[in-house]
Amino acid sequence: MNKGLYIHIPFCQRKCRYCDFFSVTDLTLAEDYIKALIRNIKAYGETFNTVYFGGGTPSLLTAGQIYDILSAANITTNAEISMECNPNSADKKYLSELRTTEVNRLSFGIQSLNDNELHALGRLHNSAEAIAAVQNAHAAGFENISADLMLATPGQTMNSLNDTIERLCQLPLTHISAYMLKIETGTPLAADEKLLQTLPDDDEEAEMYLLTVNLLKEKGFAQYEISNFAKAEHECRHNLKYWHCEEYLGIGTGAHSYLNGVRFEVPKNMEDFLKSERQQEVITDSVPGSLSERLMLALRLSEGFPISEAEEYANKLISAAAPMEKAGLLKISEDRIALTPEGFLVSNEIILRLTESI
Amino acid sequence: MSYNKENIRNFCIIAHIDHGKSTLADRILELTSTVAKRDMEEQLLDNMDIERERGITIKARAVRLLYTAEDGSEYVFNLIDTPGHVDFNYEVSRSLAACEGAVLVVDASQGIEAQTLANTYLAIEHDLEIVPVVNKIDLPSADPERVCSEVENVIGIPAEDAPRISAKMGTNVRAVLEKIAAEIPAPKGDENAPLKALIFDSYYDSYKGVIIYVRVTDGSVKIGQRIRLMAAGAEFDVVETGYMGATELVNAGELHAGEVGYIAASIKSIGDTKVGDTVTDAENPCTEALPGYREVNPMVFSGIYPADGAKYGDLRDALEKLRLNDASLSFEPETSAALGFGFRCGFLGLLHMEIIQERLEREYNLDLITTAPSVIFKIKLTNGEIVYIDNPSNYPDNAVIAEAYEPMVKASILSPSEYVGNIMDLCQDRRGVFKNMTYLDETRVEMHYDLPLNEIVYDFFDALKSRTRGYASFDYELSDYAPSKLVKLDVLLNGDIVDALSFIVHTDKAYARARKIAEKLKDNIPRQLFEVPIQAAIGGKIIARETVKAMRKDVLAKCYGGDITRKKKLLEKQKEGKKRMRQLGTVEVPQEAFMAVLKLDE
Repeated sequence: MNKGLYIHIPFCQRKCRYCDFFSVTDLTLAEDYIKALIRNIKAYGETFNTVYFGGGTPSLLTAGQIYDILSAANITTNAEISMECNPNSADKKYLSELRTTEVNRLSFGIQSLNDNELHALGRLHNSAEAIAAVQNAHAAGFENISADLMLATPGQTMNSLNDTIERLCQLPLTHISAYMLKIETGTPLAADEKLLQTLPDDDEEAEMYLLTVNLLKEKGFAQYEISNFAKAEHECRHNLKYWHCEEYLGIGTGAHSYLNGVRFEVPKNMEDFLKSERQQEVITDSVPGSLSERLMLALRLSEGFPISEAEEYANKLISAAAPMEKAGLLKISEDRIALTPEGFLVSNEIILRLTESI
Repeated sequence: MSYNKENIRNFCIIAHIDHGKSTLADRILELTSTVAKRDMEEQLLDNMDIERERGITIKARAVRLLYTAEDGSEYVFNLIDTPGHVDFNYEVSRSLAACEGAVLVVDASQGIEAQTLANTYLAIEHDLEIVPVVNKIDLPSADPERVCSEVENVIGIPAEDAPRISAKMGTNVRAVLEKIAAEIPAPKGDENAPLKALIFDSYYDSYKGVIIYVRVTDGSVKIGQRIRLMAAGAEFDVVETGYMGATELVNAGELHAGEVGYIAASIKSIGDTKVGDTVTDAENPCTEALPGYREVNPMVFSGIYPADGAKYGDLRDALEKLRLNDASLSFEPETSAALGFGFRCGFLGLLHMEIIQERLEREYNLDLITTAPSVIFKIKLTNGEIVYIDNPSNYPDNAVIAEAYEPMVKASILSPSEYVGNIMDLCQDRRGVFKNMTYLDETRVEMHYDLPLNEIVYDFFDALKSRTRGYASFDYELSDYAPSKLVKLDVLLNGDIVDALSFIVHTDKAYARARKIAEKLKDNIPRQLFEVPIQAAIGGKIIARETVKAMRKDVLAKCYGGDITRKKKLLEKQKEGKKRMRQLGTVEVPQEAFMAVLKLDE
């Protein structure tokens, strides 16, 4: 079966204030890094029907560099090839160059169309740049464009969120990812007491999430995963592989893979990655794909978990789920258990309870 | 030093917590060169961690000291350390029975406190010679003259020439030793009579078995002798006998009339060596045991459960080990629908209960859930039968109760007079009946109240302290049962009664207590998947209600670059966190919630 390919581009101009990912700002390493990526892609020799450039900031690479990387991989025709873009590192010229590569799906880290909120997050772009970036991408011929939206950010209100979504939906987008901001320890945001006080509480956050789900639905973006919304036929095929427990290869520092029955990660060590012939694989899970793991992954999707997969545990699962259905947290149909938006909001607890039942 | 009864002085020290008993004992040990300075640890006699931290003595201990008086004569001093707290009243009385005198330590700025008074009266009842000592004269607020006249007025013993000392600074401590030598009488007793010795303490040693501490009244005891413990009816062969050095037992081979020492006789069970029992010679027994022996009965009960049900066996082992050293601790298995398997434990009093809980957690590394303490209620049923109830779960249905009785205590409270109003409010709130009040001097009063024991088992000490800025002291003795209007209050979570949270309360206080408990639970139960109704009920009638709202948000939204393992780990961690909670039906209740309902005074 064809696999997914995740390519990690760890470069950033500057780290955002909420980010705890591995990234480097020394762009002089980019050439050697790309060589190492190409070396590794060739070494694995797999065939892919989805590719995802994640970061970091992949749009800091030139279109030529992207082209070189993709050329190293065996990619099927009609593959989905996504790339994350920062709104301020993607001008008209760059976008039209990028269109000449096989990249056919862009994902812009817009987060908000409120400039105060963007500033609080420490983003490099403003709302005008974000809008222009999407319009330019569309003008350059990209038809499949996604935007990231962040919920429960410092200073955000129901009104400002509503406004951001309204304006976002006027853009030529096919997909929206909406994440709730998580304050990671050790980030500048976590240390900013004053700003933390402007964060909405759990109840407001829940309201913001439900507002997003409902408003996006109204605008033609159906929810298909906890945090993802798409127009018909525009779900992100690469991300679906994660939740469907399908295999993917991750290349680059800190990248994760599920390949040949094993989950592994590459150490977040730039020097090692650049000088090694093959990237180091640190196994994080040697027996993935258990029933409870599949349950955990499938319950992130609106389509839910196929009950038949639980086999002899099906009845236990259904009886554990029954009180949750009564509370409106999930729906049990003939063959599936699927969370509602209210259920997605408390999905950790639901997953824990359901996995304990089997 | 050879045995000479005339030069033996057996005495104890009576003092209120913090008035400097242990510091004085340390100084005496130094002055008699019993302990080399380098071996000196603060509060040497208090050898349990908890004792040191709380500055209290839990178990009696004793030590033998050699003192050369100023006139050159040599003395053997046996210092018997007594517990200061009312919970250990009986142990105190047995310690006193082993002495001819008591050093009464009074703080030069604080004066006499309730406990000191109670123990001094006890000492006087035992015909002990009282040697008053005024300590802490180095404090700026010290007023030794006032304190001396207080001693004279309140206790009625001369205190004009009481040594004024500072145990902390070592000032004038020698004067105390001279007083002990001069004023406390030598022990009486007949060395040639059959052996008669009083057990005033015992503990379990894993190598030697139970070690008993005795005061020999008549006769003598030596290695190889067959002894009989009269009340227990058990006989043993003496393996070792001698006296207590400050840091170790010294096997002297024999003990004589008037001496204080220990006996090891391969005794397996501490249940055989009850404090107050008489040791005699098995072949040539004394005709009559020493007076005053009685069984000690627990007054306060509570359920103790392991927070992690799998630790039930560990809890049982720990309780058994504690009982080796503490014969007054009683426990039996109990099952709670809410908490699973645990033990119903009986304690001498509140402090005893706290100490046992703390030792279980600290020394045996157990996480515990404790149910609300209960006293023993006496219930006359409609069929005339009398039953005693120490567990709210067994409380009979109201329909079959003819009359309910609860245990009362006679309480005495000593306090600066400015807090009289606060204390009266508190006692009234706790259903106390005022008996009388006397002024000890212009600024201090002693108040007497009759109080239901059930009202003081919760947090009376804390409440009293907070209303008197820590100045009041409190003592009580059990009196009798009194008729009372009692009801059983149940707590329901999500519609189900949680047996571990039920308790017995006076009708007049049921509503207030119910409301408070419901509020406390609401604050201590985290939001869960479903709304949790909290109700408090008497019989079937709900009298208080609160709700824990359903949780709204508990989600890991992003799953970066397919890092499934991280997500799994986070869920695992969350699962571990849930393990620390008790699953009661569909409700998860953290340990703290059970604790919180025990502390209702705010």
